[in-house]
Amino acid sequence: MVAVYVPTSLRRLTDGQAKVEAQGATLAAVLDDLEGRFPGFRQALVADDGELHRFVNVFVNQQEVGDAVGVATPIGQADEVAFIPAIAGGATPFTPVQVQRYSRHLILPEIGPRGQRKLLNAKVLLIGAGGLGSPAALYLAAAGVGTLGLIDFDEVDLTNLHRQILHGHKDIGRHKLDSARDRLADVNPDVQVVPHSVALSSENALEIIGQYDIVVNGCDNFPTRYLTNDACVLLKKPLVDGSIFKFDGQATVFLPGQGCYRCLFPAPPPPGSVPSCAEGGVLGVLPGIIGCIQAIETIKLILGLGESLAGRLLLFDALAMEFREVKLRRDPECPVCGDNPTITELIDYVEFCGLPRESALIG
Amino acid sequence: MAVSVRIPPILRETTGGERAVESDAPTVAAVLADIDQRHPGFHDRLFSDDGELRRFVNIYVNDEDIRYLDQLDTPVQDGDTVSILPAVAGG
Repeated sequence: MVAVYVPTSLRRLTDGQAKVEAQGATLAAVLDDLEGRFPGFRQALVADDGELHRFVNVFVNQQEVGDAVGVATPIGQADEVAFIPAIAGGATPFTPVQVQRYSRHLILPEIGPRGQRKLLNAKVLLIGAGGLGSPAALYLAAAGVGTLGLIDFDEVDLTNLHRQILHGHKDIGRHKLDSARDRLADVNPDVQVVPHSVALSSENALEIIGQYDIVVNGCDNFPTRYLTNDACVLLKKPLVDGSIFKFDGQATVFLPGQGCYRCLFPAPPPPGSVPSCAEGGVLGVLPGIIGCIQAIETIKLILGLGESLAGRLLLFDALAMEFREVKLRRDPECPVCGDNPTITELIDYVEFCGLPRESALIG
Repeated sequence: MAVSVRIPPILRETTGGERAVESDAPTVAAVLADIDQRHPGFHDRLFSDDGELRRFVNIYVNDEDIRYLDQLDTPVQDGDTVSILPAVAGG
């Protein structure tokens, strides 16, 4: 029997089934068989001249059927046939390479061509190309998120390499954005990487963040966390948040109107009270877990799939291999997203966090 | 009435490295005082000089932030988990 993948647009003909079986020694015979059981199926795919419609791509065992052979394509006993029509509405059809690259997404009923098109059209900004930004960027690029903005002003250092997997030995001394751009281009050339080699600040945050749909927070200091948060609230952008410390991680999603980082932590710790990764150390693979969770949550937001972490703070303890959750609420008295906001523009976050100006690290 | 109190990494040096300690006290405030009795210095890490819980530290009873319950007077019951969660910023 031949396994046939049914595109979303035709499942109304197959009782909602995404995969059906068929018989036939050629594509034409398989289509005849399918027409017999699912009237209208062949007409949706085959034009009056008996050949496949030009907007339909057909893949046999993930190799595209050439136009020259068309419906006469021989089909073997255990072959898989996939019909992938272009999305209606003027979108560019996937190239044959894209159909192969994203095949494992395309054949998931929950994603399919429509979902993959949403990923390719999405614009995601990553704050930081370090511990959290690395795995998040790698998986978002692999998934085909079409535009990835990256903000970082650091150079790759040898001490980064035990956890910042975007970068390698050959990149030591290079600007992290150059290293990231090269690596992500290799992962997926479909992705446009937009480097922002500036320190995120109150002067540029609204303009930069305003260009994107979703922000992924991979920064490593409190002033930038509060800056990013406030900018996302003011611009009504979803913020996929993550943070780590030694062997523990936290992750959540802040959706516009459903609470923000200040609702969770109204004020930062005094400077010097929480060691940085450089001072206290961190398990290298820990940001890998949290960064991947951030990538998953971003993809779910783009696709409108599953249950978001919005309203929940995920707590990860690597040593106990334990995930827990606590509830997150919008605080009606939050100064930036509450019922009566007192913060309506970006402030001086270095001052807010009590840092001396010269020791600020934003980015 | 034993509750399990989850100690965050940054405070474990005050509890001899323990990830969790138990307490029989009836409210969050009493639980924290109880732990401070056994591990001096614990209270000062959580509270500022004016006696208020530091604003970068959250406390949860099971999965609810005590800010939305009864603050430090929130009662706790046998089997509850009290989590102490300070803000962390590593990335």
